[in-house]
Amino acid sequence: MNSGQPPSYPPPNIYSQPRLRAALSLFVTTLLVMGLIASQWLLGDAPQQMQFDARLTPPSVDHWLGTDALGRELWARTLAGLALSFWVGCLAALLSTLIALSLAALATLSSRLDTLVSLLIDTLLSVPHLILLILIAFALGGGTQAVIIAVAVTHWPSLARVLRAELWQLRQAPYVRISRALGKSRWFVLHGHLLPHLLPHCLVGALLLFPHAILHEAALTFLGFGLSPSQPAIGVLLADAMRYLSGGYWWLGVFPGLGLLLMVLGFERLSNHLRRAL
Amino acid sequence: MLEARQLSFHFSPDAPLFDSISLTLNAGQWVGLSGDSGAGKSTLGKLLAGYLAPFEGEVSLDGKALPKSGIQPVQRLPQSPELAVNPRWRVGKILREAWTPTETQCQAFGVQPSWLSRFPQSLSGGELQRVCVLRALVPKVRFLIADEISTMLDPITQLELWQALKQEAEQRQLGVLVISHDNALLERLCPQRLHLSGSQLTPW
Repeated sequence: MNSGQPPSYPPPNIYSQPRLRAALSLFVTTLLVMGLIASQWLLGDAPQQMQFDARLTPPSVDHWLGTDALGRELWARTLAGLALSFWVGCLAALLSTLIALSLAALATLSSRLDTLVSLLIDTLLSVPHLILLILIAFALGGGTQAVIIAVAVTHWPSLARVLRAELWQLRQAPYVRISRALGKSRWFVLHGHLLPHLLPHCLVGALLLFPHAILHEAALTFLGFGLSPSQPAIGVLLADAMRYLSGGYWWLGVFPGLGLLLMVLGFERLSNHLRRAL
Repeated sequence: MLEARQLSFHFSPDAPLFDSISLTLNAGQWVGLSGDSGAGKSTLGKLLAGYLAPFEGEVSLDGKALPKSGIQPVQRLPQSPELAVNPRWRVGKILREAWTPTETQCQAFGVQPSWLSRFPQSLSGGELQRVCVLRALVPKVRFLIADEISTMLDPITQLELWQALKQEAEQRQLGVLVISHDNALLERLCPQRLHLSGSQLTPW
């Protein structure tokens, strides 16, 4: 123990810093998303253009990811589908987080409201996701709006439970008690002391919801309850590919699927980095 | 007059913390409260400030129950100032949460203007404690429960804090209950001293 030599510590690895990693992955994701959005602009109506002399051609130099049964370029359709999924995912995750946050905040106001909110959370968590999703999307008549609403309405409970527990713990903090004793209203305590602490949780929660939302949007569309078949959504592409898969036209399913997988994994990674950093 | 009548409280039913304790605190009066660790000094302080409700007995202010909402006339000053401030607020916002102290008051408590734009993490415990004490001295406040507020301060800062508080309390006729393990401090500050042990309150 007492050798006189100062202990040598390993030099700090700059890449292992959570904040740096989060910033890096935020940068990469933002770049990709901006590219995705910009590509929609450049694509124009390429995803819908049919070439009847090039139906179901495998990937080649002329047709990068191959074409589908109507001779439409798959790379253009995949990009368009990803962009559509991105918007649907964004809106659904945002809406879902808003619902979760407002219900968690409502639960702090009185113990009766808290019981009610907890009951609502438990009820929704006990029903399988997909059944509820299909029912709601079907009841709203399908389409982009219906999918967004269905995903938003079914995905808030797990986040609401986390936020409610976090608020519960924060409320016991001495400075919150003191604020009340100094005559501050519940509303002041809520938006002055409690909500600012929840912002990182909300951000990470929304980002974690995002891949879920995209996957469920694709699943709903694949099952035929979601977006209309004329829109180049990933779910539509995959459902289309199912019909041709037995014919050996593998590229129809593989490329849109890979695109979806990459986007979901990217956001999952980003939210994990952010969770560690914030 | 802050009055506690026949207070009983326990955390587990088979071990009562105290039984039928009575206590009065007049305007401008300083009372010291000592006792062993776990005797229930802080709990008694919380009962008096309305943070906890007694199982039996009642706490009254001028014959009426403590108000349920609004500025509490009985303010409790906790031991650790680090927990008593919102870490996301700047010191200026913390200090002025309920009222704005005058410059003379800030000077008397040794609160430097340069602290106000900083975050509480960059202040020491002693500096933060002075901010916390000043924050609680809202004009409507009439009684203070000072729960070990000077324990983590160095002797000189302790002296300054108590002197400032003494002056303010004399001016406004504040009643103060000083809770401490330090008997020398209590002898110095409080003409009347109480000792809590074995669930009973005895003068010494």
